[in-house]
Amino acid sequence: MNALVALLVGLLFAVGTWLLLGQRILRQVIGLAFISHGANLMVLLSGGLRGRHAPLLANPEPRADPVPQALILTAIVIGFGVTAFLLALGYRMHALEEDDEP
Amino acid sequence: MNAAAAPVVIPLLSGLLCAALQRRRLRWAASVVGAVAGAAASVWLVVLAREHEVVVLRFGDWPAPYGIVFAVDLLGALMSAIGSWVALCALLALLARPHLRLDGFFHAGWHLLLAGMNGAFLTGDLFNLYVFFEVLLVASYFLLTLGSTRRQAREAFTYVAVNLVASTTFLVGVALLYAAVGSVNMADLALRLPVAPPGLVRPGVFLLAVAFGVKAAVFPLYAWLPHAYMLPSGAVAAYFGGMLTKVGVYALYRLFTTLQPLQGPAPAFVLVAVLTMIFGVLGALAQEEIRRILSFHIVSQIGYMVLGLALGTPAAWAAGIFYVLHHIGVKTALLLVAAAVEVAYGTGALPALSGLAHAHPLLGLAFAVPALSLAGIPPLSGFWAKVLVVQAGFQAGQGPAVAASLAVSLLTLLSMTKILTGAFWGPARERESIPAVHYAAIAGVGVLTVVWGLGGGWLLDLTTVAAQRLADPEAYARAVLGGP
Repeated sequence: MNALVALLVGLLFAVGTWLLLGQRILRQVIGLAFISHGANLMVLLSGGLRGRHAPLLANPEPRADPVPQALILTAIVIGFGVTAFLLALGYRMHALEEDDEP
Repeated sequence: MNAAAAPVVIPLLSGLLCAALQRRRLRWAASVVGAVAGAAASVWLVVLAREHEVVVLRFGDWPAPYGIVFAVDLLGALMSAIGSWVALCALLALLARPHLRLDGFFHAGWHLLLAGMNGAFLTGDLFNLYVFFEVLLVASYFLLTLGSTRRQAREAFTYVAVNLVASTTFLVGVALLYAAVGSVNMADLALRLPVAPPGLVRPGVFLLAVAFGVKAAVFPLYAWLPHAYMLPSGAVAAYFGGMLTKVGVYALYRLFTTLQPLQGPAPAFVLVAVLTMIFGVLGALAQEEIRRILSFHIVSQIGYMVLGLALGTPAAWAAGIFYVLHHIGVKTALLLVAAAVEVAYGTGALPALSGLAHAHPLLGLAFAVPALSLAGIPPLSGFWAKVLVVQAGFQAGQGPAVAASLAVSLLTLLSMTKILTGAFWGPARERESIPAVHYAAIAGVGVLTVVWGLGGGWLLDLTTVAAQRLADPEAYARAVLGGP
């Protein structure tokens, strides 16, 4: 399982990098989104994927590590915000007159 | 609660207040008062950190390493103090332009950037550092793209994309370190990293170094900087040029002292520092525009600060921190002069300018003093900063690096002379007026180099103490985590 997810992380980074190197803005934004999702998955992986139960003290079963989940939540929100900003910036480029093109 | 959070909370509150206020004068009053209060809080924090070693604030009273902590040591407090001061002075330079229409969100962005910076300097938690980096970056994206044209928007896109990739690298580095030791608290990491599996720690630390290297604009990761700093209006560029890269430098210091202490000079790292110096200064020589020349010199000067870190001795760190503080004041002053010229004459291109020193003798002085300090002419602070780094370099047996740094400072002088002869000397063409408030803003940061040059002993004492404490991560960890 760990190896599979690790491969997936690598795939996300590879696809994201490939898209980022393209010319078009939208492609680049999607590429950046792929890269940041790869990083999010990486954080999840850092806590291990073994524990399957909610991390409650009363729960005697093997528990999942709650810290990476909290970290990912923050990282997703930040990634979302920045992606939205990038899209707005791309729209601005599209919408503005070509007043100062060389 | 204690004073540790004040430099973050005050800018956040004043930024929110500015966004809510409708009247222009009220907004300016709130903005300036907020900046003054933030600067006062940061200076107070320096006093506290000098006295108590580490000022710790545990949010929600959760014990470290389980809760999030602010752990303010002398380095963080000093950086926060100079950052708040630069924010205030650059804000005054904008106040000097009565025709400029700034809405409330501009002020909010300004203060949010300061809050993010201060948070990055004061936090004792690696993931929290990531979050504060994002806060300051988002604010910088906003300030950079405000009122941009199509081409500016495209250049800004590159800046955002580069920083986003760097932040992702940062996050992956944090994930690797968490996988290695199961903690993101810096004090906890300082204790546990030495005994953690190196297969996870080494790539983690490397990725963090790359991420901070992009933010600090070290070789070969500096190409985004000179373009990005041409985009915003002059005072914003002065704020960015003074502080933004130094947050990256601070993070590098934190990484290679508290988390992974360097033991003696690291050859690869010294090489990176030297190449940063050389490429920055060579890039500057090819430019014909005041702000672009100064931007390339930021890169070059970052090399000296990183050299201080790379030498890996407490004396070199003290020199490096002194260099950072000196450079922030000098660079902000120079960029504010460039801003004044651009506002008054509509251009910063050297061929279009002439005789500024005749038209504005005071402006000539305000440029010449920090320019000479940047090149390392005594008795200004730049001279002492260079002497200290050179001395530490010889002690660490890095003769070639020292020789390179001296050659670079000669080229820096050449480059500054180019601006002085190109823009300031010669016959004056016409005379535009420059507001007194703008002079006050330049003086606010420019005077630092004179004061620290003539009597900077106390500052060197402070940075020496800061460096000695950086060299003792166990004491830092004890103070943050509690216990024996």
